[in-house]
Amino acid sequence: MIPEIGVFSLVLALLVAVVQGSLPLAGAHWGVAGWIRLARPAAFGQFIFAAIALACLAWSFLDNDFSVLYVASNSHADLPAAYRFAAVWGGHEGSMLLWLCLLSAWTVAVALFSRQLPEAYVARVLAVMGWLSVGFLLFLLFLSNPFTRLMPPALQGRDLNPLLQDPGMVVHPPVLYMGYVGFSVAFAFAIAALLSGELNAAWARWSRPWTVAAWVFLTLGILMGSAWAYYVLGWGGWWFWDPVENASFMPWLVGTALIHSLAVTEQRGAFRSWTVLLAICTFSLSLLGTFLVRSGVLTSVHAFAVDPGRGLFILAFMVAVVGGSLLLFGWRAPRIGLGGRFGLLSRESLLLSNNVVLTVAAMSVLIGTLYPLALDVLSGQKISVGPPYFEAVFVPIMVPAIFLMGVGPIARWKHAPLPELARRLRWALAASCVAALLLPFTLPAGQRGWPAMSTFALLLAAWAVASAVAHAWQRLRGAPGGWLERARRQPSGWYGMLFAHAGIGVFIFGATMANSFESRQELRLNLGEQVALAGFEFRFEGIAPASGPNYDAQRATVQVTRHGQAVATLHPEKRVYRAQQMPLSQAAIDVGLTRDLFVALGEPAGDAAWTMRLHVKPFMAWIWAGCLLMAFGGLLAATDRRYRLGMAARKTRAIGATAALRPQEGA
Amino acid sequence: MKPRTRRLAIIGSGLLAFGIAALLVLNALRSNLVFFFSPSQVAASAAPRHGAFRIGGLVETGSVQRGHDGLTVRFVVTDMAQRVPVSYRGLLPDLFREGKGVVVAGRLLPDGSFEATQVLAKHDENYMPPEAAAALEQARQAHTAPTLEAPQ
Repeated sequence: MIPEIGVFSLVLALLVAVVQGSLPLAGAHWGVAGWIRLARPAAFGQFIFAAIALACLAWSFLDNDFSVLYVASNSHADLPAAYRFAAVWGGHEGSMLLWLCLLSAWTVAVALFSRQLPEAYVARVLAVMGWLSVGFLLFLLFLSNPFTRLMPPALQGRDLNPLLQDPGMVVHPPVLYMGYVGFSVAFAFAIAALLSGELNAAWARWSRPWTVAAWVFLTLGILMGSAWAYYVLGWGGWWFWDPVENASFMPWLVGTALIHSLAVTEQRGAFRSWTVLLAICTFSLSLLGTFLVRSGVLTSVHAFAVDPGRGLFILAFMVAVVGGSLLLFGWRAPRIGLGGRFGLLSRESLLLSNNVVLTVAAMSVLIGTLYPLALDVLSGQKISVGPPYFEAVFVPIMVPAIFLMGVGPIARWKHAPLPELARRLRWALAASCVAALLLPFTLPAGQRGWPAMSTFALLLAAWAVASAVAHAWQRLRGAPGGWLERARRQPSGWYGMLFAHAGIGVFIFGATMANSFESRQELRLNLGEQVALAGFEFRFEGIAPASGPNYDAQRATVQVTRHGQAVATLHPEKRVYRAQQMPLSQAAIDVGLTRDLFVALGEPAGDAAWTMRLHVKPFMAWIWAGCLLMAFGGLLAATDRRYRLGMAARKTRAIGATAALRPQEGA
Repeated sequence: MKPRTRRLAIIGSGLLAFGIAALLVLNALRSNLVFFFSPSQVAASAAPRHGAFRIGGLVETGSVQRGHDGLTVRFVVTDMAQRVPVSYRGLLPDLFREGKGVVVAGRLLPDGSFEATQVLAKHDENYMPPEAAAALEQARQAHTAPTLEAPQ
């Protein structure tokens, strides 16, 4: 009964979404107030029905209803309740349902927090999001129904993939999807603006907090995915340039460009066409990410060709969304105009360069991700593009972006003289050069080194932090009042920028240290034997059987000491999940401020001996800290007071700005 | 600077950036592509003598031998038509098993065996690496349809 209620509410959601997509749009076009007013209630209604459907699926999982095919394929009666709940998005159909629910949740958020915007504009935004919902609902109902019954019902489920039975996996997909789907708001704002033909500074201001909020979620989602790969996959790495990772990274890169471009459009009215194009591209890449991960095209292009229904639908949907919005853009963009003028060296030009670099970087990732697929389809030749490609292309492309990141905030709008920039940044540059040479001294004596590439990377890391500090110092020093008073008067958006930029520096520092100065060893250890690695001694103390709710394990004890002093006791496990008899190595990690100690179990090798993989990764935790700083900065920026207060006052100003920013219209 | 010159400078630097990026991409693609060959293609000397590539197929049942150090392992990758002996030193992935699909990256040694630097077996019990599946399929077709010309 419960699954049928789920299907029924999906049907209702579809009907409401069609209304939400059509009537308000027509109302906004012809000025029918009654139709325009339908947008909000329809958004709420769609959300309620989508939420009911998700609740029904969650109930089926918690209730172990193995007569539902999706539940039987992704759950097991022995699975702990929290993982049974997380299994809702452990497979294809549930992920799509989650996508839809989050889309309608964002729609409701827009409906709730847009009271101060013009009604017709909000109606258009909600209608665009309504059409996106229609696409996903059709997909769910006809090609990917999570409520399909299994006849006869299974006695027991096939279990959730053990790799997904992890606290990180409970939260990773919803957060990542919040990011993906969140960009649909920026997309809908852009499309609505194109439809109405009013693309101005006010539009950029409305769009900014939403875009930054989506970016924060995407940042956190990527962070969680990377952390999961680090401690669950047990390969000791944290980023593999895997197509699935790239799929989430591309919208992040273009979304980062979008945030900066929106800032220019809001403050200076420039880059208007470019900003709209970026908004379309960001969401398109989010859709592409969903398509790549969820259509099975990565598993095998041939599997995709044999069972084309789902993949073709997502592909067609993507073509419709991307193609349609680009056509609309091509039709309307000439009316938007390019916006304000600026000098060759100005904050605008620096941000534009940064935008170009970020977009080109995203394109290089896109090429590396899609090229093997294209080659396989066209010639049947199978290739793989591994991490060396991405390291050889992506890293050099990003170098100017990191450098410009330090210069941009200090530069003036319209015209920034080079001598002034040099004067204001010379101390930051000097400090980062010194820091780059000194930072390896934070490593233990034996591990230090100054390889050219990592020293340069450390220089960039130090530059990102030092230039942010220099900027903060210069801005606060010039302000009136006491220091505390000055600091309090700065907008939180400015602090957000500082935190995010410094976070990039912290991230680069962590990544450079962890990748360049890592010590690793794969070896066989006898019981009681000890091995030295990077100044630590690892002693294999023992191994004993252990068991969890749905697995049996061999649990080892590895004592780590430093000069005889106890540092950590690690318990790596080799698990076998009962339902599928699937083995899984659970690495043990001791996280520290200056190093991570990592032990993964291999296999038994003779009497009382096991093969093991040991890593000492310096400053690994700084990678996560850098990402958290970026997300925190985004949070500060998204919640800046000026997006919330004084809306009425701003509206009048926005109208003035509209008039001022549209001089080319008549031409 | 005149607006016209300025615009040219902006467009020019944009094109320059794209050019550099394109060069980087092409160069990196040329030197970092790892091609895939099936055991049959290796046997037919279609694979490069020098340089890295990937092979895939099934781990032949009964072929896995471990060295005394517990880390060195030898096994045979087969597409059911041809076999390639592989040697590897390091920890094997959890799902590496005899009779299951595997993809191995490395290079050919002069004696015709394959020295692996990386062994990939995927996250899912029933999952077959696509390259391995394709290799098996090709070999099967070549075997069952000998009247056809060279397999694709």
